[in-house]
Amino acid sequence: MPTTLLERYFPVVLQAILAFAIGTLLIGASAILGKRVRNAVKNTAYECGMTPYGTAKERFSVKFYLVAMLFILFDIEAIFLYPWAVVFRDLKMFAFFEMLVFVILILAGFFYIYKKGALDWTAEELKPVQHKIHVDLMPADPVPSEKVTHAA
Amino acid sequence: MEFIIITLVKTGLVAFILLTTLAYLQWVERKVIAHVQARVGPYRVGPHGLLQPLADVVKLMTKEDLIPDHVNKVFYVLAPFLAVFLALLSISVIPFGPAVEIFGIKTNLGLADINIGILLILAVSSLGVYGIALAGWASNNKYSLMGGLRSAAQMVSYELPMALAIAAPLILSNSLNLREIVDTQAGNWYGIPNWNIFTGGQIFGFFLFMIAAFAETNRIPFDLPEAENELVAGFHVEYSSMKFAGFFMAEYANMITVCSVATVLFLGGWHSPIPSQAGSGVFAALVHFAAAGMLFFHAMHAARPFDKITFPVFGVVISGIGAIFLAGAFVWPALGAAINGLFWYGAKTFILLFVFIWIRATLPRFRYDQLMRFAWLFMFPAALLNMLITAFFVALKG
Repeated sequence: MPTTLLERYFPVVLQAILAFAIGTLLIGASAILGKRVRNAVKNTAYECGMTPYGTAKERFSVKFYLVAMLFILFDIEAIFLYPWAVVFRDLKMFAFFEMLVFVILILAGFFYIYKKGALDWTAEELKPVQHKIHVDLMPADPVPSEKVTHAA
Repeated sequence: MEFIIITLVKTGLVAFILLTTLAYLQWVERKVIAHVQARVGPYRVGPHGLLQPLADVVKLMTKEDLIPDHVNKVFYVLAPFLAVFLALLSISVIPFGPAVEIFGIKTNLGLADINIGILLILAVSSLGVYGIALAGWASNNKYSLMGGLRSAAQMVSYELPMALAIAAPLILSNSLNLREIVDTQAGNWYGIPNWNIFTGGQIFGFFLFMIAAFAETNRIPFDLPEAENELVAGFHVEYSSMKFAGFFMAEYANMITVCSVATVLFLGGWHSPIPSQAGSGVFAALVHFAAAGMLFFHAMHAARPFDKITFPVFGVVISGIGAIFLAGAFVWPALGAAINGLFWYGAKTFILLFVFIWIRATLPRFRYDQLMRFAWLFMFPAALLNMLITAFFVALKG
């Protein structure tokens, strides 16, 4: 039976060494065993048999960054929950209401990003948030400009 | 010293069983999907294609290991290695059975027994996204990049409801140690097993966890990273030979890990739904005898003459295992406790693995915006609510 800290983590270290060995072995074995025939066509990027054009380092949707940032914000909440869950039976209702306040604050942020459209993958761009108090810094043109007509 | 030898033996055994299961899970998946689609599946290599996994390994090992010039070589090689390494690492904290004493050696069935087990699994599984995202980026291919990006966003989005769904059983058990979590689920309440899914009221949490688990392992209906009909194969388009197979090994190892975690957190781990140890042993023996009986029955009118030999051989082996369970139930209780634990843990995990395969044969794929909307607008609030309700009732009961 394990007693010290080192003994408790020894199997994890052992499994890590084993996993490292298996990973290296798999990738090494195929590098040694497989025969190699190189030619120009094999060396091109695979695009369904067509000649590839352009570069793969294209610009992609900013949504991917956005989701990663939102994940970090909300995952901190999940990590806060774990130590809270472990001591929950000692603190009971006090712990419940403390966490309720925290969750409500988090949900306020969640509601904001939902209204902002950050979770809507079909929209082209983020919506501006509609504030209740709208200060019009640039009032509309008092004199309606003449419409240009394309008369024949 | 004795402890180190026992650990070495256990690690070796677990690695052997894990790698065999990985190989044969592939065979089971191909067989099950084939039968769902009214085909026979692998049939030629060995009896009923049983040697197919070995043939696949030999084939993949000897295939050309192509590293095209346009890839980023360091990360291109690192990605499949990372995927395999991380997938095999997390099995080390999973408890397979109770603490047993056989031949005077006292040991836990399971490798490590650490007090932050579930945190280690979460940490390792969130690192798993690097393998796929790096593969997609390093391949310098449009399809790979799209697959890698999609999978990164998908896996972090479903990481969140998964972590929240795990929090609910933690409130019930008040521990991060997986062995202690299983220990709190022992016994029964008026005949209903005292598992978190039943008496803990976590049926909803269990489904949330399983849905998130499907997305985390990139399985259908969440296999957007490799969506065949739009991205060809997604993040592993540019990979060949064993590097290609490494991603599949990682996927199957992750499946085994999440099914084990679901068993431990929600389904009572190795605890049997039958209260008495002898009854549980008899049940396990009956299951094996029934399987052996089916094999003998089919051997009588097998379509191929070869099956007339192989079916009874397998039948005898399986009834032998059944006899060991009977011996454990009545003659040798120490052995009975160990093998009953392993039987129930294995049965629960394999039923969940079968569900993974079954769903792959049944459901089509999500669209990407549906997938993300489902994660953030349904899974996240639902998991949060489930956690809060569980906490409220635990606080009320005291």
